Amino acid sequence: MEEMILSKSKGFYDTYFRKDSNQFTTHYCPGCGHGKIHKLIAEALVDLGIQDRTVMISPVGCSVFAYYYFDCGNIQVAHGRAPAAGTGVTRALDDSLVISYQGDGDLAAIGTAEIIHAANRGEKMTVIFVNNAIYGMTGGQMAPTSLEGQVTLTTPYGRNPLTEGYPIRMSEIISTLTAPVYVERVAVHNYKNIMKTRQAIRKALQVQKDGLGFSFIEIISPCPTSLRLAPTDCESWVEEKMIPYYPLKVFKDEISTRTPHFPEHKTFTDIYEVIGIDDIKEDTGSFNLKEDQKIRISGFGGQGVLSSGLMLAGIGMKQNKFTSWLPSYGPEMRGGTANCHVNICSSKVGSPVIDSPNVLIAMNIASLDEFEDIVVPGGTIFVNSSLIDRKVRRDDVNTVYIPATQIAESMGLLAATNIVMIASYLKHLSINKQMLINEVKSSLKKKNLLDKNIEIINKVYSSN
Amino acid sequence: MRKTLIKGNEAVVKSAILAGCRYYFGYPITPASEIAHTAAKYFPLVGGTFLQAESEISAINMVYGASACGVRVMTASSGPGISLKQEGVSYIAGAELPCLIVDVMRAGPGLGNIWAEQGDYNQVVKGGGHGNYRVPVLAPASAQDMCDYTALGFDIADRYRTPVYLFTDAYIGQMIEPVVFPEVDVVNKSQDKKYDWQIRATRETRSNCITSIVMSPEGMEELNLRLQEKYKKISENETRYETYRCEDADYLIVAYGICSRLARTCIDRLQERGIKIGLVRPITLWPFPSQALKDLVSNNNICHTLVFELSNGQMIDDVRLSVESRCKVSLINRMGGVVPKESWIIQSILSKISKE
Repeated sequence: MEEMILSKSKGFYDTYFRKDSNQFTTHYCPGCGHGKIHKLIAEALVDLGIQDRTVMISPVGCSVFAYYYFDCGNIQVAHGRAPAAGTGVTRALDDSLVISYQGDGDLAAIGTAEIIHAANRGEKMTVIFVNNAIYGMTGGQMAPTSLEGQVTLTTPYGRNPLTEGYPIRMSEIISTLTAPVYVERVAVHNYKNIMKTRQAIRKALQVQKDGLGFSFIEIISPCPTSLRLAPTDCESWVEEKMIPYYPLKVFKDEISTRTPHFPEHKTFTDIYEVIGIDDIKEDTGSFNLKEDQKIRISGFGGQGVLSSGLMLAGIGMKQNKFTSWLPSYGPEMRGGTANCHVNICSSKVGSPVIDSPNVLIAMNIASLDEFEDIVVPGGTIFVNSSLIDRKVRRDDVNTVYIPATQIAESMGLLAATNIVMIASYLKHLSINKQMLINEVKSSLKKKNLLDKNIEIINKVYSSN
Repeated sequence: MRKTLIKGNEAVVKSAILAGCRYYFGYPITPASEIAHTAAKYFPLVGGTFLQAESEISAINMVYGASACGVRVMTASSGPGISLKQEGVSYIAGAELPCLIVDVMRAGPGLGNIWAEQGDYNQVVKGGGHGNYRVPVLAPASAQDMCDYTALGFDIADRYRTPVYLFTDAYIGQMIEPVVFPEVDVVNKSQDKKYDWQIRATRETRSNCITSIVMSPEGMEELNLRLQEKYKKISENETRYETYRCEDADYLIVAYGICSRLARTCIDRLQERGIKIGLVRPITLWPFPSQALKDLVSNNNICHTLVFELSNGQMIDDVRLSVESRCKVSLINRMGGVVPKESWIIQSILSKISKE
């Protein structure tokens, strides 16, 4: 009777069906550390009971094919972006355990921004950083972690710190950040260290399972092929050359002082209320226009130019008209003046930009000077005569002079100058004052001024 | 009626929420930042996530990750940021993931400025990333369109597993207009989505794998052929456009976004003078309404088509390919953020057609 004593971890697929050939072996070279690390992770997924919930992010580099092997959710991503894609996963799936598996080029060169910021946000993620001091997949170019003097395809005379910089120590950098919970550097070049790595991986995944946050495990790993060494020589190289520069230690362990955090999502009953969209009833029929209103309103910043434009657009909308409002835009917006374009039309609005208005509401002299000439013949200019001491020069337009500032001031609310102006305009069009009152009610932020505004509207409508 | 006066940029966010989108990843850039501000305000209130990423590259890769989980997700940016996102868009297209990307264009090249331009046409409509992919591009021309096309964009994205662009400019984004929002029955809608491909961190979905790498040339060609088949379907089913006063027109203007709005007003003025000129406004820039334009030119014996765009003439290539020399095609354009006045546009049109 046969008895299976040693078998592949259930954390791996039985058959590597995504591979084109050799579906029972990995693509890794003899002596490579990835196979060992994969095995430690696969076993941990099963032993910690997290296999169903785990999402493995395969990077670019030799471990690009991690998804061939791990029997869990798999996403393959762009070079260096695993922590960003992992962030998307961990934010979208509260129950997920995300493993960002990255090499030294991926994490410490092209993806430096992504790893630093995922760590700094404390994403619920376990980062497995495999540092072998060389680019494996592309055939042996310098890595950001290549040692001083190390000969590679792109440093044929040895890495010169004066021109290529110094080998970067990522665990040290990550551990300076506040958010990460657990940061350790381990190695897989001999049995003793493989066992330590086994513990570190389990601890990191447990941190994530417990909802504590971000862990970073740097694993010093041999790459005999790209380092051009025999597997056993490469293990010695790791021990003698790499580890003195990359000390194996726990850089940060705040597991005992952190409290679990699981995201909470706000719930709602009425989504329209939450996002501020009212259920309005349109009033049709009482707002009759002889012609489309193409209005420019202009004045000092602070005179309520933009808000009065919005009120007119609002009144038009509620009367089922086609309206648009556009703030002054481009080179004309300067010198502390504000102006806006308002269309109130009986059919679909063409250009929201009004170059030839038939209504100009001028709140100060600069506005009249600037826009008097663009009003179409037969149009109407409403002039705030309190601040504009000249008459309209043209004789082919209608003019309405309103001492608006004076009226507003005499009523004790200077800020309502704009209300006087648009009330005069609406009165001129024979529009029911209640429409303006309703609009002021819904748009006025300072509700204690509502009565005063209504009083002002009544006064404008009752005057001759 | 769910009707309100609202800025186009804000309408996008509210429409996205009503469409079940609960994830927004983005990086600030003028003039698209308003979308981020609005998302930052509302997404958390509806149980969603707003995250300000460390870069445009990270933002699009966060979109990639969230989309792989089958949720509705979006990002927004402007030209320089879209340039950075292109790598991610290629991966999203290759891995066949749905998402919505908003481009509120500004003037370029380089840092350019923040005023309205349409110079992103080539990098968005022609696909700025590597590889054989296409991305549906919706071009709104009103705040209502911003609302409607956001929802439509998510639907197209999900239906075909593709990224979709909402392609707009500072005018359409800044302008306030009445918008009728759809009546929807939403209770955390994004959680209801179930696709057989999505990663869900469950036993049932454990075997799922999202990737764009195919090692063998034959396998990669197969993926590409599948993509092209999908693009053919999108072309057949999703091409959209609008015409205005094209009946018995002698001349056509082709314009999208803010230009189509300016053109509408100019067409009214020219028609008052007895010039028979109409507007074709592509709603989808890819797929471009080539057949419709070609038919219109042939059936109406159009003698001259004028392309009005705020760029160095990018959409005009698609117009030329569509009309296949059936009529003269010329360009009316401004660049750098200059939005011409009505009178300038009318003069330009008259000077182009007066030679006929």
